[in-house]
Amino acid sequence: MKLTLWTYEGPPHIGAMRIATAMEGVHYVLHAPQGDTYADLLFTMIERMNKRPPVTYTTFQARDLGGDTAELFKDAARSAYARFKPDLLMVGASCTAELIQDDPGGLAAALQLSVPVLPLELPAYQKKENWGAAETFYQMVRLLGKDYVLPPGEIRKPRPAGLPPSCNILGPTALGFRHRDDLVEIRKLLRQIGVRVNVVAPLGAKPEDISRLHEADFNVVLYPEVANSAAQWLSKNFGQPSTKTIPIGFNATRAFIEEVCTLAQIHCDIEELTKRSRARWYALSVDSTYLTNKRVFIFGDATHAIAAAKVASQEMGFQVVGLGTYSRELAREVREAATQYGVEALITDDYLEVEQRITELQPELILGSQMERHIAKRLKIPCAVISAPIHVQDFPARYSPQMGFEGANVLFDTWVHPLMMGLEEHLIGMFREDFEFHDGAVPSHLGHGHQRTSANEASVAAEPTPIAEIAVANGAPVTESVWEPEAQKELNKIPFFVRGKAKRNTERFAIERGLPTISLETLYDAKAHFGR
Amino acid sequence: MNRVIPLQPTSDGCDSADRAILKERGQREVFCGLTGIIWLHRKIQDAFFLVVGSRTCAHLVQSAAGVMIFAEPRFATAIIDDHDLAGLADANEELDRVVDQLLTRRPDIKMLFLVGSCPSEVIKLDLSRAAERLSKTYTPRVRILNYSGSGIETTFTQGEDACLAALAKEIPQHAKLHSTEREVDLLIVGCLADIVEDQFSRIFNELGIESYAFFPPRRSGDIPRLGPNTRYLLVQPFLTDTARVLDDMGAKRIPAPFPLGVEGTEAWFAAAAKVFGIDPNRVETVIAPKRQRANLALERQRQVLNGRSIFFFPDSQLEIPLARFLHRELGMQLTEIGMPYIHRQHLAEELALLPTEVSLSEGQDVEKQLDRCRSYRPDMVVCGLGLANPLEAEGMTTKWSIELVFTPIQGFDQAADLAELFARPLVRRTKLAA
Repeated sequence: MKLTLWTYEGPPHIGAMRIATAMEGVHYVLHAPQGDTYADLLFTMIERMNKRPPVTYTTFQARDLGGDTAELFKDAARSAYARFKPDLLMVGASCTAELIQDDPGGLAAALQLSVPVLPLELPAYQKKENWGAAETFYQMVRLLGKDYVLPPGEIRKPRPAGLPPSCNILGPTALGFRHRDDLVEIRKLLRQIGVRVNVVAPLGAKPEDISRLHEADFNVVLYPEVANSAAQWLSKNFGQPSTKTIPIGFNATRAFIEEVCTLAQIHCDIEELTKRSRARWYALSVDSTYLTNKRVFIFGDATHAIAAAKVASQEMGFQVVGLGTYSRELAREVREAATQYGVEALITDDYLEVEQRITELQPELILGSQMERHIAKRLKIPCAVISAPIHVQDFPARYSPQMGFEGANVLFDTWVHPLMMGLEEHLIGMFREDFEFHDGAVPSHLGHGHQRTSANEASVAAEPTPIAEIAVANGAPVTESVWEPEAQKELNKIPFFVRGKAKRNTERFAIERGLPTISLETLYDAKAHFGR
Repeated sequence: MNRVIPLQPTSDGCDSADRAILKERGQREVFCGLTGIIWLHRKIQDAFFLVVGSRTCAHLVQSAAGVMIFAEPRFATAIIDDHDLAGLADANEELDRVVDQLLTRRPDIKMLFLVGSCPSEVIKLDLSRAAERLSKTYTPRVRILNYSGSGIETTFTQGEDACLAALAKEIPQHAKLHSTEREVDLLIVGCLADIVEDQFSRIFNELGIESYAFFPPRRSGDIPRLGPNTRYLLVQPFLTDTARVLDDMGAKRIPAPFPLGVEGTEAWFAAAAKVFGIDPNRVETVIAPKRQRANLALERQRQVLNGRSIFFFPDSQLEIPLARFLHRELGMQLTEIGMPYIHRQHLAEELALLPTEVSLSEGQDVEKQLDRCRSYRPDMVVCGLGLANPLEAEGMTTKWSIELVFTPIQGFDQAADLAELFARPLVRRTKLAA
C-alpha cells in the first residue's frame, strides 16, 4: 500500500483508452464498476473532445457479484458490437473486474463476433497508464500485423528505385501532451525532407491502417513511452529501423532530420530547413542575456524531461539543477541524461518527494507537469508545463507544438515568459531606490489605486527558513544564526524577487561557518561567496 | 400571498406510488460515491479522507477535483498493490502504516475517514474493524471512522450519505448526555454552503426555533446531541442511510419538499414551523418579504426559461426537486427526469408536485437514454461531465450538473442563482449565435 496525495499516471486501462480513443473504427468493452466511467471526462472535459470515447463499461454492481458478472460482460460486448459496428473490438478489465477474474478475452472469443477481438491483460495493481498504452498498441500491432511477418531467414526487399522513401509515425495518442500539434509539425517536416508518411498510429488510424504498417521503410517514434515496444516488434519482424532522436528543440530537430535522412537514404539541405527558426536567434539576442545560468528543475515523463534538460542547458543557457521522471520504464535513460548535468536523477512517482527536492533546491524555474506547476505556485517559483499529467489549459485552441522548429519557438516563449523579462529585471536592479521600483510598488498596469496586499507582504516576510534542514543536509553542526538589525535592514533593500534566495544563502553561509549572528559583513561575504 | 397555504398536489397529480417509473440496467454514466470527498472535505474542516483503493480511485478523485486545485488536499489514497492482494493480514498492517504516516504528516487532523472503494470491497478488507483498531491507537487525538464510497455500492452523492451515516452514529444521545449539555430540538441534515447555513440560521431564529444544529458540523468536534424529541429536516434527497441511522436513534424526520426554489424553501421551513407549533401568522411575517424578494429575482430568469423543455440524465439525485422548481416556478416543460435511484418516501412531497405526464426513469442505460434524449430534442439537457461536451457537439444545450453540487443553491436568496445556472447556457447560446 502506498500513500498517494496526487498521482502522475492513471491505471493501465486509461492507457488502453487513450489508444482506442485516438483511433477510428475501434471500440473498447471494459469490465468495470460504475465509478470507472469518470474516465470519459478526461477526454470530453480535459481534452475537450466533442465525442465520447469509444468505450462501453459493463457497470457491474455489488448485487451482481454473487450472480453472473460474466454474462453481464457478454451482454455488454454483444450490444456494443451491435450498436457501434467497430472494425476491431478491444476487451479488458479495470482494477476491480480484474479481482473477480471473469476473463473478458475468453468471454468475447466465445461470442464469435465477425471482427478481430483484442483481449487486453493489463495488471492494474502493478502497472500504470503509459505502460497500458504501450502494451495495448503493441498487442494491436502484433494482432493486425502477424499475417505479414517475414518468413524466417527472409530479409526486407530494398525499396524499388524511383519510389520515394516512406515511414510510419508512431506514438501520438488521445490525451497526449501536444501530440496533435506535434504531428502536424513533424508531417510538415517529413514532407519538406521528401519522406512520404505511410501510416500515423494510433492517432487517427483505423485497424486496416495498422495492418499496413509493414509497408513503410522505417518508423518515426515520437513518443517512446507509447511506441517503443511496437517499434521493436516491427523492427524484428519486418526489418524496419526506427528513429531514436526526439525532435524537441532546435538542435534535436536538426539531429532528427539527419537521422531521418540516413534511414531514408536521401540527402537534404538542413541549413535551408532551419532558416525559419526563431528560437535560436532569440536565445542569442542581447535581451536573453539575463537567462544565463538560471537554475532550472525539470520533472515529467522521461521523453519530455530528457529533451527539456537538453534544450534548457544547450539552447537556453540555463543550469539544470534537477532532473527527474515518474516513468520508471525509462529510468535508465533519465539517469544517463542526468549525469551530463552533474545531478542525480530523481526517479519517483511520489509527488511529495518531488516537492521536497524542489524545496531544497530552490530553482529559479521549474519545468514540469501539472503537479510541479502546483508545487511551484506554492513555493512562488516560475513554472512552465512540459509534460503530462496536464490540465484543460494545456490543450490550447491555438497551434502550439513542442516538436520541430516551430516547437522550439513555442518552448522559448513558454519557458521564458514565466521568468521576469530581461529588460525589466535590469531596470529594477538599476533603479532599485527609485520610488516606482520599490518592493511595494505594484506593476503599472494595475493602476495607482491598487495596493499591494498585506497578505503578499506577509508571505514575503514569512519565507520558510529551513536553517536546521540546510545544516543537516550539509553535515554541519546544527546552529542558528540571528540577523542583526542593520543586516536585516540591508536585506530588505534587496529586491523582493531575489530576497528569499539571498536570505537563505546568507543563513546557509553563516551556519556553515558557525557564525551565531549575521552582520552586514556576513551578508556581503555571503553575496561574494555565492555570487556568480 | 399572505397566508401559508399547505402545498396541494397539482390538479392532475396522483399518488407517487401510482407513477410508472422506467427502470433501467446498463452502462451508467455517473460518478461513484468517492467523489463526495471533494465537497465533504471542504465542509468538515478538520477531517481527512483516506480512500483505501486502487490507482484508478486516486486518478478518479484527482480528475474529479479538477486536477489539483488545492495545495495540500485533505484527501489521499492508500493504493492497494499486488503485494497487498497476496494476503489480507498484510493489507491491514500496511493500512496501519499508511495511517501512521498520514497522521504524522498532518497533526492538525482531528477526524479520519477510511473510505472503502470497489477493490477494497471486493477483497473484503474490513475497514470498520480497521477503524476500530486504529481508534484504539489514536483516540482521543483523532477519531477514526469508515464508510464506503465504492462504485459497486454508491453513486455520486450517495457518498455524502454514506459519510454522514457514519458520522451520525457518533452523535451522542440523551442517555449519555452530560447534564449541562443541551439537546437540539431540530437537526438540519446534509451539506450546505456556509452562507446558506447562516441564512437558514437567521430564518430559524426569526421563526423562534432556537434549538437547532447543522449536520455535518464545520468542525468534527462540534457534533450536536440528540434528545428524545429531536426532529430532523433533510436538505438533500439522497440521505437515505443517514436518515435511517437517525430514525434508529429515535429522531423523527419532518417530511417536506427540499429547499430548492422559493416554493420548496417555503414549504421546507413551514413544515418545521408546523411541527414546532409556530403560529402561521408569524411564519408568514417572517417568510413573506423573503418570498417576495426571491420571486422578484426569479422574474428575469423566468423570461429566459419559460416554455423551454428540459431533459435530465441521472446524476446528482437532485433531479426531481430541480425539475419541480424549474417547472412550477419558471415554466419549463419537463420531458424525462432520470434519477440514479428514487427514494419514494423522502421524495413523496416532491413527486406529488410533479405533473403526471412527465417520464421518470430510475437507473440508467446511457445509450438508450441518449436515444430518447435525441428524439425529444429538448431545449436543455442536464447531465454529468462525461456527456456534456459530446451533447453540445450534437447541437444540444447542456447544463452540466457538477455546479449543482458545488454551488450554494438552496434557500430563498439562492433561488434566482439556481435559475440562472439553467438560464446561462441558453443565454450563452443566443449570444454566440447572434
